[in-house]
Amino acid sequence: MSSNEAETEDAGSIVLWNDAHPGPDMISTRTLGFWLYMLTDAMLFASIFTAYAILWHNNAGGPGAEQVVHLVPAFVETALVFASVFAFGIAMAALKRGRQGSVVRWIGVAFLLGAGFLGMEIHEFAALAQQGIVPERSGFLSSYYTLVLTHGLHMLFGLLWMAVMVAQVLRQGFTEGVVYRLLNLRIFWHFQALIWVFIFTFVYLQGKL
Amino acid sequence: MLVHLQGPWSPLIGRLSLHQIPYHNPIILGAFAFAVAIGLALFAGVTYTRSWRYLWREWLPSVDHKKIGVMYILVGLVMMFRGFIDAVMIRTQQLMAVGPKSAGHLEALHGYIPPFHFDQIYSSHGTIMLIFAVTPILVGLMNIVVPLQIGARDMAYPYLNALGLWLTTAGAALVMLSLYLGDFSHDGWIGLTPLTELPYSPGVGVDYWLWAIQIGSVGTTLGAINIIATIIKMRAPGMKWLRMPVFTWCAMATNLIVISAFPVLAGALFLLALDRYLGTHFYTAALGGNVMLYTDLFWVWGHPEVYFLVLPAFGIMSEVIPTFSRKPLFGYTTMVLAALGISGVSWSVWMHHFFVMGAGPDVIAFFSMSSMAVGIFTGVKVFNWAFTMYRGRLRFDTPMLWAIGALSFLFIGGLTGMMLAMPAIDYQVHNSVFLIAHFHSWLMTISFAALGGISYWFPKVFGFKLDEASGKRVVWFWIAGAIIVFTPMYILGFMGMTRRLDYVSHSSWYPLLVAEQVGIGLFCVAAYYQFKQLYVSIRDRHSNRAEADAWGSTRTLEWMTHSPVPFYNFAVIPQIHARDEWAWRKERGLTRLVPDRFQDIHLPKNTYVPAVLGAVAFMFGFAMVWRIWWLAACALLALIGVVVWRSFHKDTGYVITAAEVERMERAYLEPEPDAIGEEAPVGEPAAGVVASTRMPSRQSVGG
Repeated sequence: MSSNEAETEDAGSIVLWNDAHPGPDMISTRTLGFWLYMLTDAMLFASIFTAYAILWHNNAGGPGAEQVVHLVPAFVETALVFASVFAFGIAMAALKRGRQGSVVRWIGVAFLLGAGFLGMEIHEFAALAQQGIVPERSGFLSSYYTLVLTHGLHMLFGLLWMAVMVAQVLRQGFTEGVVYRLLNLRIFWHFQALIWVFIFTFVYLQGKL
Repeated sequence: MLVHLQGPWSPLIGRLSLHQIPYHNPIILGAFAFAVAIGLALFAGVTYTRSWRYLWREWLPSVDHKKIGVMYILVGLVMMFRGFIDAVMIRTQQLMAVGPKSAGHLEALHGYIPPFHFDQIYSSHGTIMLIFAVTPILVGLMNIVVPLQIGARDMAYPYLNALGLWLTTAGAALVMLSLYLGDFSHDGWIGLTPLTELPYSPGVGVDYWLWAIQIGSVGTTLGAINIIATIIKMRAPGMKWLRMPVFTWCAMATNLIVISAFPVLAGALFLLALDRYLGTHFYTAALGGNVMLYTDLFWVWGHPEVYFLVLPAFGIMSEVIPTFSRKPLFGYTTMVLAALGISGVSWSVWMHHFFVMGAGPDVIAFFSMSSMAVGIFTGVKVFNWAFTMYRGRLRFDTPMLWAIGALSFLFIGGLTGMMLAMPAIDYQVHNSVFLIAHFHSWLMTISFAALGGISYWFPKVFGFKLDEASGKRVVWFWIAGAIIVFTPMYILGFMGMTRRLDYVSHSSWYPLLVAEQVGIGLFCVAAYYQFKQLYVSIRDRHSNRAEADAWGSTRTLEWMTHSPVPFYNFAVIPQIHARDEWAWRKERGLTRLVPDRFQDIHLPKNTYVPAVLGAVAFMFGFAMVWRIWWLAACALLALIGVVVWRSFHKDTGYVITAAEVERMERAYLEPEPDAIGEEAPVGEPAAGVVASTRMPSRQSVGG
């Protein structure tokens, strides 16, 4: 292999200790780590999706997917998630221009839309529970609740993160630390929308078909 | 929502009560007395050497990858000792409980351990050895060595690194606590469903097992993200991908396994926790649960986990064998490809753990063939090591002996693995002790390599070598013990002895069980010499001082800085010119360690936050085990709160000026005459923990 060969053989001109080496830049290093974290999150969701795929016919005489899922509210929820991601995207465009007020406002919009999604989801599950359709009833309901609410928990975490980021942007401005957290939050938020696409397809659409 | 529990529960203390302390069991009382004695001795030792302040300020909040690595290895060694005691108890019980006429002691009908307690012992033996002993030791070695081998000052995320350590420690602490408060799981280290479901395991044992693994593996996952990002981002200038040392490549391959496999385990255990706490039906036998769902998810993690353990071991062997053969590694590129190949194939073999499920000929054939494919990659590695040794000028220091021992056991474990990959054979020996002997052969390979790695890199971290004479005795007694334990075990497996027996019904198996007992006796001798080695090495540390190039024939970057390594690793980052940079420089006589000019060094500040988070995670696990909801909620909120609070900190680093670096470097290169052989000014060796001598460590402690 050529890489085992040395490039220069002239001992006089060889640089042994590179005091000009700048080292990695912080923002890209942190973002790389967060991508790796997102991979682990994807695998966590993959295992729960697997459980759903195995169990979704096992309704043990109780209600099946057809009776439990409702497409219209789920469609509105989908719209809310996408709108929230879009608002966050505009906040990121404002970040590029360094506009603090605009970043805070658009994250606020993304927060409200995300909170709307979460509110609808909580309402949906509270209604189910009131009808006695609870996760203890069957394997299907266990996996249905777990899959959708694990995503919901991620959304809740994202909202908390947004609140923290608004506080940090206002207090500290766009420091390196704040910027990499905003970029990581963008990855996180987009990823949750992606997971929701899968949930909408495999739980809601497939449940009604 | 919450399940209905059998037995008492109170809102204040959950399921806790005084009855949960097993004070009527003399074995556990003995273990407790032993632990207290060790604890008091450590306490006295630290107080006598006045090291409390030093440990408190230099080790507990440390974000230095070398100190974190050392602490990982200490946790691993302590847990390995605990797991070893479990092994001795299992062997002794099987020796005493043979045939209907065997006597019973201590409430046991046969032998001296009643079945419920025996089941906990083999469950904890497996859990501890795999997850809390070997894993921390290997993660610790990767932590120490990878940044040095790629010429970095620290890991990519030093704070996260410390967090990983303390989460792993919290998990290990939960396992240890289960010995003295409540029970441990009696359902095997793999957690057999539906036995782990609440109706069949109503106690706290499964909960201990579940939360210990869950918390510990979050730590392992964080560590893996860190190592991968470090390798991608922090390599010294000139270190192209194919100039990276093979150990670093193996660390890369193994941590790719971690970030893809451990989340699946987290998912599997999360669903089990929902079953046990909220009464859902994922793995139940009734109401639409699916038992095999758990088995599949578990082994989707479980088999990659095996390769996660073996790949760093392969990496260590790939460093040790060239050094002591005084030759470059044979077939570098194929070595790298084989490591990545193993990590890739690890994903497509999990079903061979339960061929007997009866998945149909097509599925079984696929998993059988992919399991055998692992042998191709491993075979490449074995031949490469053999060709590295061929015509080398071999030297048989302790690390090399460990590596050769590992290679020998790799043959045995690998060939029996090929047998087990054939479904026809697997149907015969499934769940027999033949299987146990097979995977223990592998774990011997891993342990040998790990101990070889410790003795190989010990002088780099501490500045003196481990004692060779007692080290070699450890090697030989351990290898002899392993042969004498596991050869009869293979035979017993063929004779039909199943695993996990607390009572052996066939008296004709007795002689082979006696042989196994002799073998475990040799293990005990090895353990004695291991302690002696530590003691002698620390006592004679001044006469065993190591150079930068401790073994004289090393090749990679970590030997291109002082021993012990300064806390900033390299005064100036090296420029890389060749694959084995240090060997390349030695060939050209460029071994001067002094750079032309020094520069400022930026380093992260020490912080207590990771240790605090570890303690809170332990509290969370404890509260969940005993179902103390208010405490669990508080701990969870505290975890989130501390993380958020910490994210507001801006000032997390500090600078060492070039002049200061130069002064410290001079102290290394031209030690003052009276400083040679003197005690370290900063830290005294305290109870097995030895300070990196002579160098002031980082001083500043931040939030």
